[in-house]
Amino acid sequence: MNDDRARLSEEEQQEHPIAPASAQEPDTPAHLEQSGVYQAVKEDRAFDTAVHDELRSESNVVQIDDFDLWYGEKQALYGVSMGVPRSKVTALIGPSGCGKSTLLRCVNRMNDLIGSVRIDGEMTIESDPIYGPVVDVIELRKRIGMVFQKPNPFPMSIFENVVYSLRIDGVRNKALLEEVCEKSLRGAGLWDEVKDRLHESGLGLSGGQQQRLCIARAIAGEPEVILLDEPCSALDPIATQKIEDLIHELAGSYTILIVTHNMQQASRVSDYTAFMYLGRLVEYGPTQSIFVKPQLRETEDYVTGRFG
Amino acid sequence: MTTTTQVDPGSHAKRPAPKRPRARSSLFARGEPMVWITGGALILCLAMIVGLLAIVFINGFAAFWPVPIERVTTLHGKTLMGEVHDKDTYVPTRAQVAELVPQEKVETIFAAIQEEGGESTRRSLRTGNFELTQTNFHWVSDFEVAEDTQPEWATLLERLTWGRFYGFPKEFRIDGKVVASGPAETWEQFEKWHGELIDRYDEREDLKKGPLGDVDKAKRAAAKELRVVELDHGRFSEQYAAATKVFDAQVAALDKEREPISEKIAALQAENDRYVMVMRTADGVDQPIRVADIVRGYQANQQGFFGKLGIYFSRWHEFIWDDPREANSQGGVFPAIFGTVVMTLLMIIFVVPFGVLAALYLREYAKQGMLVSIVRIAVNNLAGVPSIVYGVFGLGFFCYIVGAGIDELFFAVDLADGNPTFGKGGLLWASLTLALLTLPVVIVATEEALAAVPRSMREGSYACGASKWQTIRRIVLPRALPGIMTGGILALARGAGEVAPLMLVGAAKIAPELPIDGEFPFLHPQRSFMHLGFHIYDVGFQSQDSVGTRPLVFTTTLLLILIVVALNIVAIWARARLRKRFYT
Repeated sequence: MNDDRARLSEEEQQEHPIAPASAQEPDTPAHLEQSGVYQAVKEDRAFDTAVHDELRSESNVVQIDDFDLWYGEKQALYGVSMGVPRSKVTALIGPSGCGKSTLLRCVNRMNDLIGSVRIDGEMTIESDPIYGPVVDVIELRKRIGMVFQKPNPFPMSIFENVVYSLRIDGVRNKALLEEVCEKSLRGAGLWDEVKDRLHESGLGLSGGQQQRLCIARAIAGEPEVILLDEPCSALDPIATQKIEDLIHELAGSYTILIVTHNMQQASRVSDYTAFMYLGRLVEYGPTQSIFVKPQLRETEDYVTGRFG
Repeated sequence: MTTTTQVDPGSHAKRPAPKRPRARSSLFARGEPMVWITGGALILCLAMIVGLLAIVFINGFAAFWPVPIERVTTLHGKTLMGEVHDKDTYVPTRAQVAELVPQEKVETIFAAIQEEGGESTRRSLRTGNFELTQTNFHWVSDFEVAEDTQPEWATLLERLTWGRFYGFPKEFRIDGKVVASGPAETWEQFEKWHGELIDRYDEREDLKKGPLGDVDKAKRAAAKELRVVELDHGRFSEQYAAATKVFDAQVAALDKEREPISEKIAALQAENDRYVMVMRTADGVDQPIRVADIVRGYQANQQGFFGKLGIYFSRWHEFIWDDPREANSQGGVFPAIFGTVVMTLLMIIFVVPFGVLAALYLREYAKQGMLVSIVRIAVNNLAGVPSIVYGVFGLGFFCYIVGAGIDELFFAVDLADGNPTFGKGGLLWASLTLALLTLPVVIVATEEALAAVPRSMREGSYACGASKWQTIRRIVLPRALPGIMTGGILALARGAGEVAPLMLVGAAKIAPELPIDGEFPFLHPQRSFMHLGFHIYDVGFQSQDSVGTRPLVFTTTLLLILIVVALNIVAIWARARLRKRFYT
């Protein structure tokens, strides 16, 4: 599976070539500390993440502790520690190749599908370990919903798409399936659009509808956490708007972890934002603070577009 | 391309360097010749395929069209009558001319031929009447013809035995008494009685195959039981004596049962034997022919278009639905059609699941590496092994090892009498051999189809908590199904047209019993079967009368092509339906 990994990183690199970190040294605003993150990264030194105080009072659904990850020889995550607060939307931002998607995919162990991945560190969901010899990956994934970058409905009817996670559990009760289907589609704001063609192929929907179908599929399994991996990057602005509204609606009842490239989106939809850079978690705090008054100069550079 | 005229003469220093000459005018740079080369290659391929199909289709569809009967009288006074079968041009030598025409005319005729360039045309007449002339065909050169007519009452009879008869109806006899004479009256009688006689003949055949066959089968079963006792206890044991008694009683009972059936058959036969039509050949010989032996008769030179059309379709009907007669040179090919279709479907049933499972492991489960690459290369290379090698393998492994093993375990009695059941070529072994032959096609196509399933779909499934097998079964396989079916279609086309291995593992010149019939267990995988491809070879190259059977080669080929096309169309239709379901 080596080639898979190579392809993955190649794709990412081709899409967004990474600017050299120290290429520009912008003017430092007066209120920010000189944290020296660039320097630390350059010298491969560990440094502490700037975690805002607001996060300390939150109860976390997913807890990540000192998490490292390697693709073969190449290290992609360095000592990441963070919690994902309950019933809140947490956004992961950062330049391409910073490891935010990698981190997201570690939560439901999608990285297991890539042969050469090696990890170190702790990760728990509701205090249950995610990694470990006794963990049943399949049961774990059932507790976590995931929506991908490109809409990926299955080649089957809309109905079957939504109840897929129930089908694989062997549920045959038709009334229950229909109930879950309707509830999930309503939850994903798709019910009114598709209720008359539930038995047509899910591939016949538009891109935005397909993505909402995928969200319906993710919430049908009643997950504890929903992972969104750049869910709007393949959609037009109107479809994006709908998904963002949907994320707002889901926020109260689900814990959401979202990766996004789009900083406006992060500021619009999330309660907390984590800024990552070259595999390190740099700053993590309430979205408002991160975008308006970050603690670190590097974060400010990124969110204001001076770098990244 | 210098631009001196456009440059201000005062600014020589800024004058741009002369441009590199562009190959704009080069024909190759524009790609024009490639259009012609690629197009030409396509046209060449198409021309060859269309040409091949045209030969098969024209000859195949024309083969059964009734042609006029010609009566030719030679200068020697010999009279021949028949259908023109073939024509060609040749350069006769003086000796050849001398052989064909009377002594006194040789010089003048040879001179006339020389005057016209030395060439002469000749035709091959299909004269039939094999029992009288010991030959079916005569070459007649144009220069030896004295008279050439198409007589109104020239009649063609297609018979159950001895092939075709060309002659004139002379008289019709019932019980040896002449009831009609003269062509018109005789033919009237023939048409009056013929249908009835054919019905009676069919009834007789049904009795022979049905009740009589059942009785004989029961007899054989009884004999086998006795044989089992003999093998178990010995010929001089008490048990054998007891069994012999039982056997004798059984045989007596069966013989009693047999008697009325045999009588009925004999009666039908006797009734049919009363009707005889005397035919007079072109050279005046009278030949009595039993009417029940005649399959079809008509006056070719009296037929209008619709009459010919009727004969044409009646011949196709016979060809498709009847059993072959006369060492396959007459009659139909129904058992071959049946055998081909059953064998091909059985092959598909074997090869597709096997190939798909193998490809699944290779693509989904196996760790991709050196070993898997080697296996993949080996599989691809299997597709290049000559098919006869598979035949040899099938014979050696399936028939002589697996089949012989089955015989020893379950059919020891038959084996002891020298009748292998599975230890010889048969439908099952032929299907398995061809399944092996087409396996690489299915594996390669399935692997491609599996690889083409988007990674995102698998990830989506895993993210929902599906296991690997659930993902394969619910997402990957449905999505890959059209691709897998493409593999099946290719395998089908390859397998249906394959002949060489079949010669070794079960195709027979004549297989009286179909591999599927009403007798338990309905499918008889041990039986040998007829196959259209093998039939083509047999009729075209193994027949006594290979000139006469040439039209059958074309019609059989046509049929085989049409069957393969029909099977393919069904598969392609199914695939299109699946595509619609999974891709839109």
